[in-house]
Amino acid sequence: MKTERKKIFLVDDDMDYLFQIKANIEKMDYEVVTAESQKDAEEKLAEFKPDLAIVDLMMENEDSGFIVSYKIKKKYPQVPVIIATAVTAETGYTFDLSSPDERQWIKADLYLDKSIRKDQLHREIRRLLKE
Amino acid sequence: MAKLKTLIVDDEPGIRSGINRILRNFTVGYPFMDEDFEFDLIEAATGEEAIEILDREQIDIVLLDNKLPGIDGMEVLEDINKKQMDVAVMMITSYASLELAIKATKNGAYNFSPKPFTPDELRASMENIAKHLFLKRMTRRMQQEGKSVRFQFLSVLSHELKSPLNAIEGYLKMMQDRQVGNNLEDYDKMVDRSLVRIKGMRNLIMDLLDLTKIESGKKKREIKKIDLNDVAKMAVDTMEPYAIQRNVKVHVDIQHEAYIKADTEEIEIIFNNLISNAIKYNKDNGEVFVSIKSLNGDVIIKVEDTGIGMSEEETASIFQEFVRIKNQKTRTITGSGLGLSIIKKIIDESGGEISVESKPDQGSTFTVKLPKSPVNI
Repeated sequence: MKTERKKIFLVDDDMDYLFQIKANIEKMDYEVVTAESQKDAEEKLAEFKPDLAIVDLMMENEDSGFIVSYKIKKKYPQVPVIIATAVTAETGYTFDLSSPDERQWIKADLYLDKSIRKDQLHREIRRLLKE
Repeated sequence: MAKLKTLIVDDEPGIRSGINRILRNFTVGYPFMDEDFEFDLIEAATGEEAIEILDREQIDIVLLDNKLPGIDGMEVLEDINKKQMDVAVMMITSYASLELAIKATKNGAYNFSPKPFTPDELRASMENIAKHLFLKRMTRRMQQEGKSVRFQFLSVLSHELKSPLNAIEGYLKMMQDRQVGNNLEDYDKMVDRSLVRIKGMRNLIMDLLDLTKIESGKKKREIKKIDLNDVAKMAVDTMEPYAIQRNVKVHVDIQHEAYIKADTEEIEIIFNNLISNAIKYNKDNGEVFVSIKSLNGDVIIKVEDTGIGMSEEETASIFQEFVRIKNQKTRTITGSGLGLSIIKKIIDESGGEISVESKPDQGSTFTVKLPKSPVNI
């Protein structure tokens, strides 16, 4: 019998990006649940437990991604969270999660650029899900 | 109470204790300052000692005698200058010469005062120095804040420009990989969405150019007598195709006397933005009411819609750059997030006002008050 597919929670306010990533991740044979805002994400989190979450950084607010990530980690400390963003080097919004200090307040496991290739994304997901 | 650390450098103990007595309970306050200043006094008997203290502590003001036993005051001043310390120096000396005064000023001394001085003279000088320091530091802080506002604007802007590119690139890759098979029609939605995003990006760039022109003051304003009824009607005509699509009725309440002296293009931007918003954020089969009224030296323009409305929290931020209300009701509506901030800038510069009243699910009313003749010309 086939085991149940793992659930990936996608949070992004860009409906096109959401549609594309959803299609890509479904091809990797995961189930995808989407949310289009910080608020939407918080509501959906009350109803289900994801196996992994990919959260956009800038939504309603510039730091919505951090807040969603923080809330996921608070409820499910073991669920890996990836923060995705379109702004990195140009704006100095750079933070890797290597120092314990940063890991503590940016409650995320990985920080990714949105233009990441499909295969790279797949690799990161598998690594975080320990597959 | 803020403290200004003041270093008194004089080899005569009598002078040091005299200054100490005059300034000990003296405070400086101006109406524009948040708090009064008092002076925290430190004494040094030689130039060498003064330099040592300056290296060790954050000093705000130095009262510096020129004639000292070892190195003289001028050399202390040169040292302060060389190390680019943020210190205001007042030279105090009994052998005042024009040559020395010029040299001191050249080396960055803020003030030059001959000895002996009366307590009132010293207090007056200290008042000036405190004011000078306060304004200098305030200016610097405001420049830094300006820079950080600019930085934030650029980071949001690059996000807004990159998002559509990512979306379009994503769709193209899906098409390149024939991700949904070989039936061309299955890709229609991706093509449509890509075109929507391109249009959005073009609008953003146009708005950005408007904003830059207004902000830099480079936009030439041509002040003419304008009939607001004409501008309103033209804006409604421009938006008509969109209103028809949504079946939104736009009513214009025309008034007899609706002339204003202003830049035509700016007034058009105001009407176009407000009316297109009123249609965009409306419900299907909704209505828009545009009214223009004359009140004393002003005209009052009201644009009212029966649309999705906003919460109190949302109305508070709506005039800021790149603020767009994001929720389930607005997800398919495209916009640059710059329109209202642009018209607010135009209205502010004309000496007018804009305000908004809104109720979720009932609609919003934008009210613009503009002087009939421009103010800041």
